[in-house]
Amino acid sequence: MTAKASAHSIVESSPRVKAFAGAIVILYAVITIVPLLWIGATAFKSPSDSIAYPPKVLFEPSLEGYVNLFTMRSRQTPEFIASLPPPSSWYEKLVRSQNMVIGGASKVVPRFLNSLIIGFGSTFLAVFIGTLAAYAFSRFRVPFADDLLFFILSTRMMPPIAVAIPIYLMYRELNLTDTHLGMILLYTAVNASLAVWLLKGFIDEIPREYEEAALVDGYTRLQAFRKVVLPQAVTGIAATAIFCLIFSWNEYAFAVLLTSGTAQTMPPFIPFIIGEGGQDWPAVAAATTLFLVPIVFFTIVLRKHLLRGITFGAVRK
Amino acid sequence: MTASSYTDTVTKRLAINTPQPAAKRIRGLSDRAIAWLFISPCIALLLAINIFPLIWTIRLSFTNFKSNLPNAPVRFVGLDNYRDILSDEDVWHAMQVTAHFVVWSIALQIVIGFGLALLINRQFRSHSFWTTLILLPMMLSPAVVGNFWTFLLQPQIGLFNYAVSLVTGIDPSSFQMIGDVQLSPWAIILVDTWMWSPYVMLICLAGLRSIPDYIYEAAEVDRASPWRQFWSITLPMVLPFLMLAVLFRAIENFKMFDMVNLLTSGGPGSITELASITLKREAFEKWRTGYSSAFAVILFVTVFGAANIYVRVLNKVKQR
Repeated sequence: MTAKASAHSIVESSPRVKAFAGAIVILYAVITIVPLLWIGATAFKSPSDSIAYPPKVLFEPSLEGYVNLFTMRSRQTPEFIASLPPPSSWYEKLVRSQNMVIGGASKVVPRFLNSLIIGFGSTFLAVFIGTLAAYAFSRFRVPFADDLLFFILSTRMMPPIAVAIPIYLMYRELNLTDTHLGMILLYTAVNASLAVWLLKGFIDEIPREYEEAALVDGYTRLQAFRKVVLPQAVTGIAATAIFCLIFSWNEYAFAVLLTSGTAQTMPPFIPFIIGEGGQDWPAVAAATTLFLVPIVFFTIVLRKHLLRGITFGAVRK
Repeated sequence: MTASSYTDTVTKRLAINTPQPAAKRIRGLSDRAIAWLFISPCIALLLAINIFPLIWTIRLSFTNFKSNLPNAPVRFVGLDNYRDILSDEDVWHAMQVTAHFVVWSIALQIVIGFGLALLINRQFRSHSFWTTLILLPMMLSPAVVGNFWTFLLQPQIGLFNYAVSLVTGIDPSSFQMIGDVQLSPWAIILVDTWMWSPYVMLICLAGLRSIPDYIYEAAEVDRASPWRQFWSITLPMVLPFLMLAVLFRAIENFKMFDMVNLLTSGGPGSITELASITLKREAFEKWRTGYSSAFAVILFVTVFGAANIYVRVLNKVKQR
């Protein structure tokens, strides 16, 4: 579009209009991104700087937030701290300078691991199940295909709390409450609808002539699926997997109602990172930053497929 | 059936997707066997995790079951729960709060999202970099977003109040977005708009890019004013996309729980108590499982019904 032959395309905007449009968009982008940068900066503030008035833009960076995030501490008298052997690490030193003593590791690492296990587990299952179903819907005449596809989608219209009521009872009977397996199954079911719809779109775009040629060459249908269709669908499968992963990663309602410890993920955990007298904002900001950075990365990777993902494949380009 | 019209709209391509059976069966499993083999895990999972629980919910909605007392005698109460809900003032209040939230957040997102899309479509330099930045908020965890906005919206120490005071000169500690009866409904709208305007923008941008240049060129030849071009070309052609964005946003915001639960948890009092938050209180704090099941069924029927009606309208718009 930019490489038009005519120098004065009618639809191409004048430089002044472009500059004006650009200025407003950049202003909006800056305003929208400042809250995120602020959280990233707060993670490096000391607790007193984080709640200073007026809010501090320039501050002396401190790792206290990150140290507080990963440790449990207790306040001690200076005399007691003086009686201890010298600190063995930089973070112990930092904690002691606040008249505190490290009592052990906090729960953030297990919670982060839970997010990873449940996220990857459910993503793998949803994409596996979704690819099979999407292929069948795309290539074969399935009776009631439209109704089935709609049924798959309608499961997303339920408010999560409404779904959680019977799941809570069911999991209690099956002893799946607060287990990794229970959360993986639940997220797989929620993600399966997205996976089927997205992957069906991707597979529809692969010309069926390829498979037919393979079939003529003596491949069975399954071989053609594995050796011809799957390699062609790799980009689509990867994009779908990232969308599923982001959903599981971000999910809160089910996690807060169905997990309490063993299988608790990050979203219900982060708001309860507390220090003395309320939320420990630098530690919360540190957790938030660590939690959001992978998503920022994936958003940039996914840029081209974003539109498709957020509309269940309804809009493509 | 409305279900099929819905799928037609949302995918567009379902209609062209009635595949011909592949040339001839050669060897291996028959196509029909493979089709069922491939679809059954998905259907089985959805039956177990979605449909079975849904049926259970419907059954519970006719009882007085309380899940914190699993051994108490369960009595069949007929339609009592439904009658109680429809005459429960808290429920009506929650529905009003939800309606206010859905209408205003979507209205703002349409204005901002469509506006941004129009500007980005001017293809200024490095527009794709800035677009990606703008898109970030919508990918983040709503719960975590709600949580950190409580920090940004603190009176005095919060960045938002400080920025407002810099621009308007109002004392930053003179107002609080969360906790004020007047302002907190707008606090949840503000954060939702920050998060989801990019969503509307992205879909509108796709709509704008789908308009072929020659239409504008023809309009230019006919000396149509830019204003006229906007109303007779741009808007009608983007409208189906915009309506699709509104559909998705409306469903999502009607179900809204996570962000608002962490931002205001329905407070102060019940000023921002959305339907999902009321449902959570009934189901998981008061443990009125039968009653809340009936409420869940009502919510689902509402979303489902409204979405179906909306999709019919959307189909009409597209056919014009």
